[in-house]
Amino acid sequence: MAATKEEIVAGLAEIVNEIAGIPTEDVQVEKSFTDDLDVDSLSMVEVVVAAEERFDVKIPDDDVKNLKTVGDATEYILKHQS
Amino acid sequence: MTAKIKPTKGAPYARIMGVGGYRPTRVVPNEEILKHIDSSDEWIRSRSGIATRHWAGPEETVAVMSVEAAGKAIADAGISPEQIGAVVVSTVSHFKQTPAVATEIAHRIGAGRPAAFDISAGCAGFGYGLTLAKGMVTDGSAEYVLVIGVERLSDLTDLEDRATAFLFGDGAGAVIVGPAKEPSIGPTVWGSEGDKAETIKQTIAWDAYRTTPVPGGDGPEERTAPEAIRYPAITQEGQAVFRWAVFEMAKVAQQALDAAGVSPDDLDVFIPHQANMRIIDSMVKTLKLPENVTVARDVETTGNTSAASIPLAMERLLATGQAKSGDTALVIGFGAGLVYAATVVTLP
Repeated sequence: MAATKEEIVAGLAEIVNEIAGIPTEDVQVEKSFTDDLDVDSLSMVEVVVAAEERFDVKIPDDDVKNLKTVGDATEYILKHQS
Repeated sequence: MTAKIKPTKGAPYARIMGVGGYRPTRVVPNEEILKHIDSSDEWIRSRSGIATRHWAGPEETVAVMSVEAAGKAIADAGISPEQIGAVVVSTVSHFKQTPAVATEIAHRIGAGRPAAFDISAGCAGFGYGLTLAKGMVTDGSAEYVLVIGVERLSDLTDLEDRATAFLFGDGAGAVIVGPAKEPSIGPTVWGSEGDKAETIKQTIAWDAYRTTPVPGGDGPEERTAPEAIRYPAITQEGQAVFRWAVFEMAKVAQQALDAAGVSPDDLDVFIPHQANMRIIDSMVKTLKLPENVTVARDVETTGNTSAASIPLAMERLLATGQAKSGDTALVIGFGAGLVYAATVVTLP
């Protein structure tokens, strides 16, 4: 079953917490991965791969650079999840 | 008529008998890299784990570094140079395509007249060479094979590219592969993904610098002057390479373990290509290697030396006592091509 927006944000929060050690409550839709959450370009790849597995979605490298905020990633996953 | 051809007879198995390395004398700290790029020591360390690397001086040519490393490997193996039946050199940074540098190295080490040739397999070059060597030893075309990975990547580094200026280093690593009574080099899991050729590449082909007349083409006066062309360097798409290296290569590493019939619990040492500490760390995590497995982290003080990185890291682990002779090691190389090669070996 497809995840809801809230479930995706919560899932991303857990992933970012696991990879970058950021408290889950800090991971909110308006936050920028790079500027606010200490997720650098390489950690972003780990976040993306973890999100792919968790939400059964493919996020090609070309699209990763457009995912600036948690909201961007959430919308992308909402739209592309199978 | 089809004549009957005598079958070849080689050793039952092959093993790595000795390893040797050469690191150029000049150590280059991150501070020196910062002369040309807007970055910081902290940024470089956090993205790559690299603190220092060795850059070769004018005298430390590809051949000179190889001869030094080979000498140590030969001594470590306890053989004499004239017993070597083949010399395989993997490099992408020997700037004369003809003749192969392997022949000069074979001559300089006093190996007599062995088969000698270069291969180009980027950062997977050591595994490719090792696989060829194993085949030669077991089919009888050579009793002992010298395999060298050698690079002067400083010559192919764009010092003004903040994404790669800090990454590469120079050096040579060598092993002797010879006969064994027990299987000591596992099946190689290797391959190429040419559809991803653009992710790691040399920016400009050498013929861009041609100023003499081109066959069937324009004269030099109609071509861009070479000084107007930026010197070639190795570039890469960082995120795409990182994803491939960590997640796809972890699968290949697992396949190599499975092919050798070795479980992670039986493993003593993991020697991945020393591309970047972040790749190594993520790979270890993805592979779920037991904590007691020693992981090569030579990249911190050697940088990324492409084909040389695995034998250099192997030599250092053995020299520092972090690994010992007889240990079971998983080695995996991956890089430009894209190409990869992974196998399980018994350390010399």
